[in-house]
Amino acid sequence: MDAQLKEWIGRIHDAAKAGQQLRIRGGGSKDFYGLPSAGDVLDTTSWRGIVSYEPTELVVVARAGTPLAELEATLREKGQCLPFEPPHFGSGATVGGMVAAGLSGPRRSAVGAVRDYVLGVKMLDGNGELLAFGGQVMKNVAGYDVPRLMAGSLGTLGLMTEISLKVLPLPPAGMTLRFAMSETDALKKLNAWGGQPLPIAASVWHDGALTLRLAGAVAAVRAARQALGGEEVADAGAFWQSIREQTHPYFAGEKVSAAALWRLSVASVAPPICCSGPTLIEWGGALRWLRGDQGAEQVRNLAASAGGHATLFRGEDALKTAAGAFHPLSPVLAKIHRNLKQAFDPAGVFNRGRMYPEF
Amino acid sequence: MAFANDVRFAVNRSATLERLREILPPHLLLVEEEELRPYECDGLTAYRALPMFVVLPETESQVAEILRACYALGTPVVPRGAATGLSGGAMPHEDGVVMSLAKFKKILRIDPVSRTAIVQPGVRNLAVSEAAAPHGLYYAPDPSSQIACTIGGNVAENSGGVHCLKYGLTVHNVLKVRGFTIEGEAVEFGADALDSAGLDLLALINGSEGLLAVITEVTVKLTPKPELAQVVLAYFDDVQKAGNAVADVIAAGIIPGGLEMMDKPATHAVEPYVKAGYDLDAEAVLLCESDGTPIEVAEEIERMKAVLEKSGATSLVVSQSEAERLRFWAGRKAAFPAVGRITPDYLCMDGTIPRKRLAEMLEAIADLGAKYGLRCANVFHAGDGNLHPLIMYDANQPGELERATAFGGEILELSVKLGGTVTGEHGVGVEKIDVMAAQFTPAEIAAFHRLKAAFDGKGLLNPGKGIPTLARCREYTQTRGAAAVTPPPRF
Ligand SMILES: Cc1cc2nc3c(=O)[nH]c(=O)nc-3n(C[C@H](O)[C@H](O)[C@H](O)COP(=O)(O)OP(=O)(O)OC[C@H]3O[C@@H](n4cnc5c(N)ncnc54)[C@H](O)[C@@H]3O)c2cc1C
Repeated sequence: MDAQLKEWIGRIHDAAKAGQQLRIRGGGSKDFYGLPSAGDVLDTTSWRGIVSYEPTELVVVARAGTPLAELEATLREKGQCLPFEPPHFGSGATVGGMVAAGLSGPRRSAVGAVRDYVLGVKMLDGNGELLAFGGQVMKNVAGYDVPRLMAGSLGTLGLMTEISLKVLPLPPAGMTLRFAMSETDALKKLNAWGGQPLPIAASVWHDGALTLRLAGAVAAVRAARQALGGEEVADAGAFWQSIREQTHPYFAGEKVSAAALWRLSVASVAPPICCSGPTLIEWGGALRWLRGDQGAEQVRNLAASAGGHATLFRGEDALKTAAGAFHPLSPVLAKIHRNLKQAFDPAGVFNRGRMYPEF
Repeated sequence: MAFANDVRFAVNRSATLERLREILPPHLLLVEEEELRPYECDGLTAYRALPMFVVLPETESQVAEILRACYALGTPVVPRGAATGLSGGAMPHEDGVVMSLAKFKKILRIDPVSRTAIVQPGVRNLAVSEAAAPHGLYYAPDPSSQIACTIGGNVAENSGGVHCLKYGLTVHNVLKVRGFTIEGEAVEFGADALDSAGLDLLALINGSEGLLAVITEVTVKLTPKPELAQVVLAYFDDVQKAGNAVADVIAAGIIPGGLEMMDKPATHAVEPYVKAGYDLDAEAVLLCESDGTPIEVAEEIERMKAVLEKSGATSLVVSQSEAERLRFWAGRKAAFPAVGRITPDYLCMDGTIPRKRLAEMLEAIADLGAKYGLRCANVFHAGDGNLHPLIMYDANQPGELERATAFGGEILELSVKLGGTVTGEHGVGVEKIDVMAAQFTPAEIAAFHRLKAAFDGKGLLNPGKGIPTLARCREYTQTRGAAAVTPPPRF
C-alpha cells in the first residue's frame, strides 16, 4: 500500500484511540459550507492525479486530492465534461471536496447532480479500513449504493481516496436567451417549458429578467430558439460562470455580502417565496436563493411548505451555530443518520459536527 | 431447489399468527399451504421456499402494525411486489412472513406541471407511463418486464431499461420514497425538491432489495416525450464486430436513446414468437435509437449509420414508422419469454463490464458454453455494458441446473475481473449471494452489514438476501479458490 494511505490509516487509528477528531480538507474552497467542525486538519491535496480516463467508456477515475480544474481540463481536451457543472468556489477545489460537498451548478436540473454521476469510491472508514464500493460501470447494483451516499456526506462517513465518475460529451451547440419577466411568470413559464421536449440546460431568474441556456444538438437548439423567442445574449459564458461560482453581484456584491445567504431547495412549482431580501432562482424554479436577515425558523418553514428544505449557505459562524447550517431532520431520519455514522465511523473521528452538531 | 438460507430465526408461529389475525381481516392473511404455494418463488423459479404466512395489507396503518408486531416478535418480513424479480429477492423466508404490496395499486396523482407522479408501490411500471401519456409525458425507466413489474420492486432493485443509457436508471428518476422501517415508523427519503437535507438516503433505498424499509409510496419524475424516435437495426456477421461497434458509437460522442444487442440464438428464439422482422442470417443485431426533433433525429441517424457501417455492419435498417419502431423493440423486450419457450428452464445472468471488453466477454461465453455443454442466448443492454446471457438448461435432467449455475458463476467472476460487477440491474437476491465474495472483501461485506443494521438492527427485513454472511464468503473463497476472488484495489 502507498505510504500516504498508510500514514492516513495510522492517523485514523491514533485519533480513534485517543478520542480525537480529524477534519478532512482538500483545497479548503468549501470551508464556509456547513458548520465549523473540530479536529486536526487532514489535508488530501498531496493525494492527487487522474488514475485512469477512458473517453470511450465515459468514465474517469481520480484521486480525491486532484484539483477539480485539472480534471475538467483533461475532460475538455477530449470534448467531455462533468455535466452537473460543480462549483469550485476557489482555485483549490478538489475532486474529493466536490463529491463530499455534493453541490451542483446551473445545469443540474437538466442533467442530474453530482450523486447521479458518482460510480465508485475508495475510502478509509473510521476504523482505518480501505474499502471500495461501486466501480467503473454505469450499472451496478451489487451491494448498497455507498458511492452515491458519499456525495454530499461532507466527510462525515469517511475519507474518500479515489472516485470514479461518469462523464458526458460536451453539448455540440449552446445559446442563451433573455426575457423580461416577473418572478411569477418566470416560474409558470419554466414549469410549462419543462413539460416539453426542449433542450433547456439552465435557467436563472433575477431582478425581472429570466435568462435561459439551451444546449444540445445544433438542430434542437435552433428549433427551440425559434419556438421560445426572447432575446439572444452574446458571450453568455461569463454570466453562467458567475452563477456557478457565485461571483454574480447577487452573491458577491458589496452591499449584500454581509447578509446571510439561504439556499432553498423546493418543488419547482412552488409559488414565489416572500422574504425581506432579494431572490435569485435557478434549476427551473427548484432552487431559490434568499438574501436577508429573516429568522432561520421562518425561512425553514417557508422551504418546508414549498416541499423542500433550507440551508444557511453563507452566514456568520455565530448564526450558523445558533440556527444550524442544515434543515433539521425528522426524528426517524435523525436516528438513521446517527446509526450510519456509527456504522462507518464508530469513534466519531471524521468531520465531527460539520453537518449536524450531534455527529 | 431449496436455497439454504443461513440466516435463521426461532419464530413463535402461533404468537405471530395471533397478532396478524388481530391486525388483518381473514381475506388479507394467507395461512394454508395451498394459498401459500403461489408465493414460493419469484421470477427465479429455480429456488423456492414456503413462507409461514402471507399478508396482503391494504393501508399504510396495516403495514405499520404488521411491522411493529413482527419486530416485537422477532419475525422476519419479506416484501414482495409482482415477483418478476430474477434474483430471488422476493423469495420467501421459511421462518417469516411475506408482505405483498399488491393491494397498493393506486396512482395517487399525476401532476403535469411539476412533471411528477405519486404512485403506490404496487402500481405497474407501464401504468405510470400510460397515465402520463395524455400530458405528453412518460416514466423513463422501462424494464422489459414493464407490463408486470411494480414501481416498488423497481425502486427496490434500482431497475434499468432499454432506454437508461440516456435517461437514467430508477435512482435517477425517483424524487421521493415514503415507507416504513421494520420498527413500523413512517419515514420519507428524498423530497418534492431535487435534493434533501442530510445524507442521501434515497440513493440507498434505490437498490436496497427490500432490506432497509418497506416502500409504500413513490414520487417519480416524468419526462417529456421526444417529438420523434427512430431506431436503426444494424446487422453483423460476427458478434465480436457488433460488440466493438458499441464502443465505436460511444467513442463518436453519440449517446443513443437506446443501444441494445442480440445474438443469433436470441433473434432465432424471438422471431417466431414476436415476428419483429429481424434478419435471421445475421450473427448479431444492434438496436440503436435516436430521439429528439425530426431534424435532430435525421442528423443523428446519419451519424449513427456512418459509424455502424465503418464498424462492419453488413446491413442497416431504419424504422420508418412508430409502429415499426415499436415492433423492432417488441422483439428485444420479449427476448426472455421467447427464450423461455425454446428451453424448459433458463438462468439469466446480469453482469456489467466496461463496453470495450464486450467482444472479449462474448468469446469467453462461447467457450464456456462448449465447456458446460449448454446453449446460451445473449441479450445485452450493450450501451451500458450490461449483459444478459440466458443459459438454457433442463431442471429435470440430473446435474443440469448445477452445470448452468457453474456456467453463470464463471461469467460473473469474469465480469468482476474485467472491471465490472456481478449485477447491473437484477439485484443480488439469493442468486448472486455467493459470488458477491468475488467482488467484495470481507471488510466491505462487514461494512454492508453495519449499514443494514443502521436501518434494521435486528436484521428482520428480507434476511439472508443481498449481502452474504461472512461464513458464506469464507465458504465461497475456499471452494472457488483465491483465483476466483479479485483482490482490491479493483478500480
Ligand atoms: C421477462 C423479464 C424481463 C425483465 N427485464 C428487466 C429489465 O429490463 N430491467 C430490469 O432492471 N429488470 C428486469 N427484470 C427483473 C424485474 O422485473 C425487476 O427487478 C423488477 O423491478 C421487479 O419488480 P417486482 O414488482 O416484480 O418486484 P419483486 O420481484 O416482487 O421484488 C423485487 C425485490 O424488491 C423488493 N420489494 C418489492 N416491493 C417492495 C416494496 N414495496 N418495499 C420494499 N421492497 C420491495 C422485494 O423484497 C425483492 O427483493 C425482468 C424480469 C422478467 C421476468
